[in-house]
Amino acid sequence: MTDASRRTFLKLSGGTLGAAMLPFLKVMPAQAQSSSRIVVVSGQTINSLDLHRTGTNRASYQVAVNCYDRLVSFGTKDAPGGGLSYDYDVIEPELAESWTISDDGLTMTFKIKSDATFWDGRKVTAADVKWSFDRAVSAGGFPTVQMKAGGLVRPDQFEAVDDETFVITLDKPSKLTLPDLAVPVPFIINSEVAKANATDEDPWAMEYLHTTPAGSGAFKVVRWDQGQQLVYERNDAWVGGPLPSFEQVIVREVPSPATRRALVERGDVQMSFNIPNKDASELDAMDGVDVYSTPIENCIHCLCPNFNFEPFQDANVRKALAYAIPYEAIFQTAAYGRGAPMWGGEAEIADIAWPRKSPYMTDMTKAKEHMAASGFASGFEVPLSISLGLADWMEPTALLMQEAFAEIGIKTEIEKIPGANWRSAALVEKRLPLHLENFGGWLNTPDYYFFWAYKHGHLFNSSNYLNEEIEQLVDSTLHIPMDDPAYAPNIKRMFEIAFEDLPRIPLWQPALNVAMNGAAGYEFWFHRQLDVRPLTTATA
Amino acid sequence: MSARSKMILGRVAQAIPVVMGVVVISFLLTRALPGDPAAYFAGPAADEASIAEIREALGLDKPLFQQFFLYVGDLARGDLGTSLTTGQTVMSDLAARLPASLELTLVALLLSCAIAIPLGVLAATRPGTWVDHMCRVLVTAGVSMPTFFTGIVLIYVFYYLAGLAPSPLGRLDFIYLSPPHVTGFYLIDAALAGDWETWFGALKQLILPATTLALFTLAPIARMTRAAMLSALSSDFIRTARAAGLGSRKVLYGYAFRNALLPVVTTLGMVFSFTLGANVLVEKVFAWPGIGSYAVEALVVSDYAAVQGFVLAMALLFVALNLVIDIAYALIDPRIGLN
Repeated sequence: MTDASRRTFLKLSGGTLGAAMLPFLKVMPAQAQSSSRIVVVSGQTINSLDLHRTGTNRASYQVAVNCYDRLVSFGTKDAPGGGLSYDYDVIEPELAESWTISDDGLTMTFKIKSDATFWDGRKVTAADVKWSFDRAVSAGGFPTVQMKAGGLVRPDQFEAVDDETFVITLDKPSKLTLPDLAVPVPFIINSEVAKANATDEDPWAMEYLHTTPAGSGAFKVVRWDQGQQLVYERNDAWVGGPLPSFEQVIVREVPSPATRRALVERGDVQMSFNIPNKDASELDAMDGVDVYSTPIENCIHCLCPNFNFEPFQDANVRKALAYAIPYEAIFQTAAYGRGAPMWGGEAEIADIAWPRKSPYMTDMTKAKEHMAASGFASGFEVPLSISLGLADWMEPTALLMQEAFAEIGIKTEIEKIPGANWRSAALVEKRLPLHLENFGGWLNTPDYYFFWAYKHGHLFNSSNYLNEEIEQLVDSTLHIPMDDPAYAPNIKRMFEIAFEDLPRIPLWQPALNVAMNGAAGYEFWFHRQLDVRPLTTATA
Repeated sequence: MSARSKMILGRVAQAIPVVMGVVVISFLLTRALPGDPAAYFAGPAADEASIAEIREALGLDKPLFQQFFLYVGDLARGDLGTSLTTGQTVMSDLAARLPASLELTLVALLLSCAIAIPLGVLAATRPGTWVDHMCRVLVTAGVSMPTFFTGIVLIYVFYYLAGLAPSPLGRLDFIYLSPPHVTGFYLIDAALAGDWETWFGALKQLILPATTLALFTLAPIARMTRAAMLSALSSDFIRTARAAGLGSRKVLYGYAFRNALLPVVTTLGMVFSFTLGANVLVEKVFAWPGIGSYAVEALVVSDYAAVQGFVLAMALLFVALNLVIDIAYALIDPRIGLN
């Protein structure tokens, strides 16, 4: 993928440069400018081309999205705040042509598209799907956890009946299984290529696929210079969806947001992915640059009072916090108004929309009343912890909170924790008395959010919250279909308890910001990574 | 000549305990870093079991001394381990990034010397005049501005407003391919390949970041040159030379400057080392895939192998650098080499 490929290419190309296979010349020919190529800059670094590998970071998930196919994908809808978004409620075929689910919901049968081929021209078979799924549930770490969310835990649940028929057998029916097949994790690998490069110590070919993807997806990786760039090239034989309009996509890593902004403003790059809120609000006011700020589904920035810390066991103290927070000032200062407010909602819970506004708003009188009624009327001291890795929104938020909490007698000292320690301190050890948190669930249902963030002992329940009714409600709701008669009442009850008990005080729903100059077709995904497939040239 | 090679060998021998010390200290210091790499790399939705799995895979469940012996064993085989942040072996990371940093730093220092040394000489020959004051103002301004600020200002003026500079997209614009790897220095590799288009492409990308760094390093070099020149010019042998009627050019460059060079070379060595470590911010602003940002990112996430590899590489580099400076002394000052 580095020098060798260029040399072999130059040798191979000789004088006949076919237009179909045109990877990288020494200098790109002029006519290839803009019409068939897009350059994207991003501040994140890609550290692996294989999502299943231990230590693969979030930015690398885009390779799983762009280079591999899943059995199914999500539909597309208009996003709030402009542009497009994936549609959680519509499941569309990707590699599967069709599927059926048995009446008891335990057997799912997928028919694989007969014209689907891997990049090497071999037909995609059910055996490849089985091998890939076996890998995802066996690899350990994040992929295995994510598969488990859809009830996919053991290789014996997957069966390749014939070349084009793949069957999943579930232990219990779950509404999360089908959507979980559309997340980036269960991607389908060319198992023949992988097996040829597997060893006894590395039966899943982690080392090979780490640098050399082998899939059937819309784009191939022609070049990966870690820390610098990733170059995608279109797979013209892709059958997973409409053929992408760009032949080549270059993703460049530019750490400095100021540099990224200059590049996209000048139009030398067509897209800057995941830009800071400040740049988004300023670029939005400019001509020529399109900014999409999509509120991230199922994600809420929260203030979390820890129930292990004595004053926060007092419901009045938690409510005092919720009334003391200067929501609007925080939203404008820390988020530059990007995203969606999560305060000042209706007291009565009439529907199951999620994320939803809490019934709290800034009201110092009420905050003081609750403090006076609590067992800690004279106030107390507590550290307010933030992650340095997320300081862009956490720091201004914490400073404004510090000021407001001082007014009701809660003296806070801001404790900044380095990014590497944050996870251990906040989520694993759950030892931070008062902290900011921002869990976002991939599968877009409120019960899934509650499963991770409100159930006792679960990773994102950093408040050590335990409520028997929530435990029981989440367990009984998580897998039932959304049209089940018990679903809506259960969800409403969860909301009521959550807003009454306040283990997480909602602040706002953050946005993912993207700036484009000379390109269109951006689609937001819950995984918050770049899907390059639907991008097109901007039409004036 | 044999005396000189003996000196070099002696110097190399002296470096061995230093490197051993660095190995031990870098190992202990990285382990003393707070934070749990296993929890960090287990990913966003990991549970206890998967964190434990990763801890075992990384060998972090073993006692410290056992980890150390495994590390030294790997090191003896030339295996620096695998970086978790980049997913590459530390060796290949260093091989890719160290030349990038070195190329930038060396070009910046050459540029800096080309300006600072004449400036220092000029200021020393005309102390107290407007030339001297101008020199002082220029270098003070250069060193007082943080490099990321200078970098952003340069990008704003020369790229964003004037459109003269190429896109600040790292070592090469996306329309070029990196030259075949020989040394890792793009200017050298492209020249070796005879690929002048890429050579100019690489040079264009170098100009702004190198200028940024050069501005920052002007001050120590110019001030040291000035001070050394002043003391050389006021010394007895210069007075004698002048009294003997030697031409001012001969006095200035043949006698004063050569004597003033020693402290300047020492300063250069120091400037080089801190620039190599301190250009993290320049690397970030210009998307330069260098060693500084690599080390900082590795440090932030407690990526042990990468941090240890970086420290070791830097230690070796400094040993080599000091050796080069010592040899340069010997060349400049005949008295040192003969003893």
